[in-house]
Amino acid sequence: MHFVIRRLEFLLLSLWAAATINFMLPRLMPGNPAILMIGRFKGQISPRALHALELQFGITHKPLWIQYLTYLNNLVHGRWGLSLTYYPVPVSKIIAESLPWTLGLVGVATVLSVFIGVMLGIWTAWHRGGKWDFFLPTVSTFTAALPYFWLALILLYLLGYLWHWFPMAHAYSTGMTPSWSFAFIRNIVYHAILPSITIIISSIGGWLLGMRNNMVQTLGEDYVLFGEARGLKSNRLMFQYAARNAILPSMTGFAMAIGFVVGGALLTEVVFSYPGLGYQLLAAVQNEDYPLMQGLFLIIAFSVLVANFLVELLYGKLDPRTRGGGPH
Amino acid sequence: MTQTTKTSTGTPVRSSLVRRSGRWKEWSSILRRDKRPLVGIIILLIFVLGAVFAPLLTPYSPSSTQFTPLAPPSWHHWLGTTASGQDVWAQFLYGGRISLAVGFFAGFVATALAVILGMLPAYLGGWIDTVMATFTNIMLVIPGLPLLIVITAYVHQTGPMTIALVIGLTGWAWGARILRSQTLSLARRDFVIASRLAGETQWRVLIGEILPNMLSLVVANLVFATIAAILAEASLEFLGLGNPTVVTWGTMLYWANAGQALLNGAWWWIVPPGLAISLVGLCLALINFGVDQVSNPRLRLNRVKTRKFRKGESS
Repeated sequence: MHFVIRRLEFLLLSLWAAATINFMLPRLMPGNPAILMIGRFKGQISPRALHALELQFGITHKPLWIQYLTYLNNLVHGRWGLSLTYYPVPVSKIIAESLPWTLGLVGVATVLSVFIGVMLGIWTAWHRGGKWDFFLPTVSTFTAALPYFWLALILLYLLGYLWHWFPMAHAYSTGMTPSWSFAFIRNIVYHAILPSITIIISSIGGWLLGMRNNMVQTLGEDYVLFGEARGLKSNRLMFQYAARNAILPSMTGFAMAIGFVVGGALLTEVVFSYPGLGYQLLAAVQNEDYPLMQGLFLIIAFSVLVANFLVELLYGKLDPRTRGGGPH
Repeated sequence: MTQTTKTSTGTPVRSSLVRRSGRWKEWSSILRRDKRPLVGIIILLIFVLGAVFAPLLTPYSPSSTQFTPLAPPSWHHWLGTTASGQDVWAQFLYGGRISLAVGFFAGFVATALAVILGMLPAYLGGWIDTVMATFTNIMLVIPGLPLLIVITAYVHQTGPMTIALVIGLTGWAWGARILRSQTLSLARRDFVIASRLAGETQWRVLIGEILPNMLSLVVANLVFATIAAILAEASLEFLGLGNPTVVTWGTMLYWANAGQALLNGAWWWIVPPGLAISLVGLCLALINFGVDQVSNPRLRLNRVKTRKFRKGESS
């Protein structure tokens, strides 16, 4: 229980930090960039919305701490402002529309990537020193260095443009209306395959290498040798003895890995015009739609932080050692 | 993190004299068994030389728009031309200059920050350490690319230098966390305590005793920070958040995407810059295979021993 509270404390602290970064950034920049943006939109939006914008981005004579408290208060109450690109649609509505796409895409792709990567890592570590142990880590080092967006472009070119195996863009065919019908869901899956493959290929290498290295460490432990001496079956030794212990350190890197995957997924969405958070984020940046950009950054950060929190809880459940106090 | 603490305990601590003479032997023995780091160094050198001697390798200017647009690779244009009639090979060579420079510079900044922010508070201890450790952990979990996108969106007119600085300033957290835990573990070792008892100043203990023992971790961090920086730079430029008029591998991809290279079948425009980014990343990672084996003897390729173990297992 103490462990859960500590993780919860950290979650709240990091959520607060993300919100504060969001608040400070436009105010720290030389010559508040929001002034230019607001100047551009004068006359196009209602005076009330203009005033709200000025408050949101610090163009006011109120002291900083009052601005900050107002900002936090608005944030907590879900008043994230109006998007300028889609004026007068609230930012929260756009987020609600694009979040499920990203969550679905990143969620499924990450689970698959972790599973396949970890399994291959176990396998190469078990056959360490062999030719697969040379081949797979080297290949996954290469795939880990592939820029997501470039891989997406190449896959799009080969499988979409040249061979017509998969659609070139969007989350579902433009002629269809969203529904829970079987045909529509199949259409969504069909559109999601290429983006998912991009994410899986780019992220699998990290899991494979991490798992392999941990597994090699664990296989060197005395209890594994003892298990072998006792004549345990390879499968039992590999999964029950070594892999179970080796998978834990792998999860520690999850925080950073998931950040990378989400970043990569945002780029993948841009290439495939997939209507998720990344696509909207780029549109917001290009249109200097700062309220939407801030909202999207917050929701991306929040999702990553919450995902990380859930994994930490799971990790704590699996490995009693992490629950204790002491320095990291 | 647990992993690195484990590795550190695996490395035997020797006196500094033995360590220095032993280091070369260690490296050469690793390189004899594992050719991957060497391959990495050679390919990386080819890229660096190509970028440095770009004017000797191509007669064209990367920004000249005088050629037939979208011409496929030919004798005159080894990698074809872009939609606005630029020579792709020239862009590729000159673009490497800035892409590599930005990557290495940002990687260096991130590593320097990681060393300072990871080592110093851990060694000093107390509330500074608690605050810094928490701060590091927070920076670690906040997703990097979205943060970079937001920062560069606010800074108008982002040149390569600004991008390098922003990447460096946001990319230190992972290294700092690893170096912190290593410092904590080393600070309790006998040789550090001994040199402290011998009356060495704190700075000398940190720089003369602790830092040399973490050198391979620092190098590994430099390698990874550079890979991450090159990828981040390319991503930002691909999104059009850099200065699109500067020729880099990232902006080449930006223009290729904006110029509908795919729909025109102009693969020669898209493949080279992305392949270059991936290959440079691969080279650095290959070099890191060597660095890893220095810091973690268990990861060394030891074929003889492994074969024995496998024979036993298969029976």
